[in-house]
Amino acid sequence: MDATIALDRTTSRGKAAERWRTLVLALTYAGLSALGLLFCFPFFWTISSSLKTGPETHFVPPTVLPAVPQWANYVRIWSAQPVATWLTNSAFVVVATVPGAIITATLVAYAFARFDYPGRDFFFMLMLSTLMLPYEVTLIPQYIIYQKYFGWINTYWPLIIPSWAGGGAFTIFLLRQFLMTIPRDLDDAARVDGASSWTILWRILIPLCRPALATVAILEFLRQWNDFLGPFVYLNTPELFTMALGLRFFQTLPESTQEPKTHLLMTATILMALPAILLFFSFQRYFVRGIVMSGLKG
Amino acid sequence: MAPWLVGYVALTLVPVLLSLYYSFTTYDVISPEKWVGLGNFVEAFTKDDQFWPSLAKTAYYAGVTVPLGVVGSLLLAVLLNVKVRGTSIFRTLFFMPSLVPVVAATVLWFWLLQPDWGPINRLLYQTTGITPPRWFQDPSWTIPALISLALWSSVGGTRMIIFLAGLQGVSEELYDAAKVDGAGSWARFRHVTLPMITPTIFFNLVLGIIGALQVFTPALVATEGGPAYATWFYALHIYKNAFGFFNMGYASALAWLFAVLIITLTWVQMRLARTWVYYAAENE
Repeated sequence: MDATIALDRTTSRGKAAERWRTLVLALTYAGLSALGLLFCFPFFWTISSSLKTGPETHFVPPTVLPAVPQWANYVRIWSAQPVATWLTNSAFVVVATVPGAIITATLVAYAFARFDYPGRDFFFMLMLSTLMLPYEVTLIPQYIIYQKYFGWINTYWPLIIPSWAGGGAFTIFLLRQFLMTIPRDLDDAARVDGASSWTILWRILIPLCRPALATVAILEFLRQWNDFLGPFVYLNTPELFTMALGLRFFQTLPESTQEPKTHLLMTATILMALPAILLFFSFQRYFVRGIVMSGLKG
Repeated sequence: MAPWLVGYVALTLVPVLLSLYYSFTTYDVISPEKWVGLGNFVEAFTKDDQFWPSLAKTAYYAGVTVPLGVVGSLLLAVLLNVKVRGTSIFRTLFFMPSLVPVVAATVLWFWLLQPDWGPINRLLYQTTGITPPRWFQDPSWTIPALISLALWSSVGGTRMIIFLAGLQGVSEELYDAAKVDGAGSWARFRHVTLPMITPTIFFNLVLGIIGALQVFTPALVATEGGPAYATWFYALHIYKNAFGFFNMGYASALAWLFAVLIITLTWVQMRLARTWVYYAAENE
């Protein structure tokens, strides 16, 4: 008798727990889906607007979908604005900066993670404290130096040089944290076998750092591809504009009343965002692992 | 080490010191600089009629964006941390906006919030019937518009991934122990999860504040600080003084005041952190 009651109680409790779990699951999915839709809507609207005709973008009330998708917009944009030039310029800046940031940041991170020398921790703190400096503090004197002594205004040099001098403090920090997670025994074992510091870095540490390096590469790519202020300050002529500048230039062009340009502006927006999104998805696997494993959680 | 030290000195320390020097001068790039002592700082505090307003606008923007952004990222991470199928799809969806370049996102936001033929206002009008705000055309709605843009593009980004990593680092044993003690799911979140991820919250809070205070690009691309100086944030004020009016000395002084402000804020947070951030390793 007692046993049956006990059994009853456990099963009913089990059922309640089961029901509770289903409810939590349903609520989680509902919440995730609602938020997912909210996050997606701007993308949907951009794509939809990029496929409309000029006048169609100014309909009141706005139409959700274009009456006839104007795929030709994606052809016309190339001749409407020098988008090809801007994209090429952006690509050039990325190619000229990202390798520099990765190589020099790795070397510095290696020096912070693996060597003992006086003042190391002081320099490390100094570097971290530069994360707090607003960029204007260095931007203004850098501009003056580049302008006065090098005559580099309206060239790509001011954008490229900083990347070859250690990259950003954040990049160095991330790589250093990752290197710290690799046991030093590996280095010591290699050293016993006669490996030099370079060999250890090149043959042992770098291969193990691949997720962190991929993360850094993605972050640097996005930073350069998206950068606005640097090009905005240093570049004046539209032929030298990066895509970020070009897009803003296109946006500020006065709109003629007969032919709105919003549809083409949206097309250009997509052309700018697409490379960043595509690149990210091809390396996504590494990215999440790089952040998780570097212990970047405080 | 050596190459970086050279680079670091040349590209950070030298400019930092130069900037400090310029902040005591007036310099228009063409004629040589003139020493004015504390003149620039006096001007900022007493004569510059955009100095205090631009600080107030920056504080408003950061004061709303950072708390909402950090709590939002944490909530998304908690939702994604429920072990169910398909979370990787949602994680991707939430992350996508942070990949859109700032300029592109701003252009797109300007269009979404277009008062007359934009979809958001249409939706607001249809669902509530009231006259929706004119967003980027109305000085009192421009900052809220920029805040909504910042939330869309940052809530699901790297910050959320860092939170996810933090959540996954909380050991199962702690949850099991709490369960044995009869803690429900809310109690487990409140008394196990939250204390264990306070270092992550602190990290995101500090970086979030530093980033939000320096807001520049969206305000410049959307309305160039307007309408009627509505988004004339502090970083814009520095930029306009430096590269619009070529008051390099005065702009350097503004930049230094900004640096002092940010460093002080970060220092205060680090002091406060002792009272609420829990580092498990220290207590083992």
